[in-house]
Amino acid sequence: MSGHDHDDHHHDHDHSELSETELRVRALETVLTEKGYVDPAALDLLIETYEKKVGPRNGARVVARAWADPAYRARLLKDATPAIAELSYAGRQGEHIVAVENTPKLHNMVVCTLCSCYPWPVLGLPPVWYKSAPYRSRAVSDPRGVLADFGVTLPKDTEIRVWDSTAEIRYLVLPMRPAGTEGWSEEKLADLVTRDSMIGTGKPKQPLEPT
Amino acid sequence: MNGGQDLGGTHGHGPLMQEPDEPVFHADWEKRAFALTLAMGRPGGWNIDMSRFARENRPPQEYLSMSYYELWFYALETMLKERDLVSDDEIASGHALGPPKPVKRTLSVGDVGQVLYRGGPTERDTNTTAKFKAGDRVRAKKINPVTHTRLPRYVRGRAGTIERVIGCHVFPDSNASGAGENPQWLYTVRFDGPELWGEGADPSVKVSIDAWEPYLEPA
Repeated sequence: MSGHDHDDHHHDHDHSELSETELRVRALETVLTEKGYVDPAALDLLIETYEKKVGPRNGARVVARAWADPAYRARLLKDATPAIAELSYAGRQGEHIVAVENTPKLHNMVVCTLCSCYPWPVLGLPPVWYKSAPYRSRAVSDPRGVLADFGVTLPKDTEIRVWDSTAEIRYLVLPMRPAGTEGWSEEKLADLVTRDSMIGTGKPKQPLEPT
Repeated sequence: MNGGQDLGGTHGHGPLMQEPDEPVFHADWEKRAFALTLAMGRPGGWNIDMSRFARENRPPQEYLSMSYYELWFYALETMLKERDLVSDDEIASGHALGPPKPVKRTLSVGDVGQVLYRGGPTERDTNTTAKFKAGDRVRAKKINPVTHTRLPRYVRGRAGTIERVIGCHVFPDSNASGAGENPQWLYTVRFDGPELWGEGADPSVKVSIDAWEPYLEPA
């Protein structure tokens, strides 16, 4: 603690903790670089890849293609990993992907109760809530309650299927195509696909909503 | 291990907090901790199951009070120190205090794209036959290993149905301890809500896990 006369104790405490970790991260990076174990340019490229290149827009393109092309949809549901690789998305934390399709009778939702497994090549790195204890604890025991927190209500007789990602299989939800989008291009359809709709905690945007 | 990471069905964690327009990282140190973890996988020589165990293997009160990238970073420190690749003195001083230990290979900037694109598939060839088939009734075993496992507590002792035979995959319980990949048949097992959470639980809810054959017995 800094010893300032601070009235906002909690904030000060958080700040000090973060600073300690920040200093240790810097120290470790320097040590590992000096020893030749890491190349700082490789670190920069790793960060840039997940900040700029790999994210939920990838998954949105997959979903849009499945909506627009019935043959692609069939390939995706049969064996998602090669179908997704057709769009050049593959690799780390997406080595074995399964696509699960929502229907009027079935809603799919994905969680990893044991850590934070998430299909990186199509959705990028997971948001904080996905990694948090409130989501990981309740998604399997009270998925309807979790969906309500996300503003999603489903008919009582809709089956809710929760996929707990306990192995190296990664799940991608194929949401239902919004009505009123007949004849839309894949590009336009992709703008309706939200990250949460591919985790199963949200629905795609509707055609009249601002995109 | 029955640690702080095994969260399914636990209570009292408070409301779900969503962040509109959430950035990929929330601080510069998170970026560096993330990238260091990925880059050190090569020279470090550990596997993903060892990484997961290093993250979860701490007192639950610590696990639950640390952020995701704090868990990653301190697990990275642990794994580096276990392998004598860095020392506490070096982290404290912020500089290398001795020559590097020889490592097989490092991650160069030119390799990043290819390494990420290839990933680390866990399916393995086998000449064994899967014990279960789709539709079989199975029960998750009551096991309580103090070491790494991917069988969550909330399904142990519960009966479910094999939905899919996935293939033969690296077995984390062996791989995390350095005992080898020991590939085992992997299945998607579906449980009814009331079987997991008791009578009166929402019958429209089904939950599945992916479970390796050693976790299962016929029901």
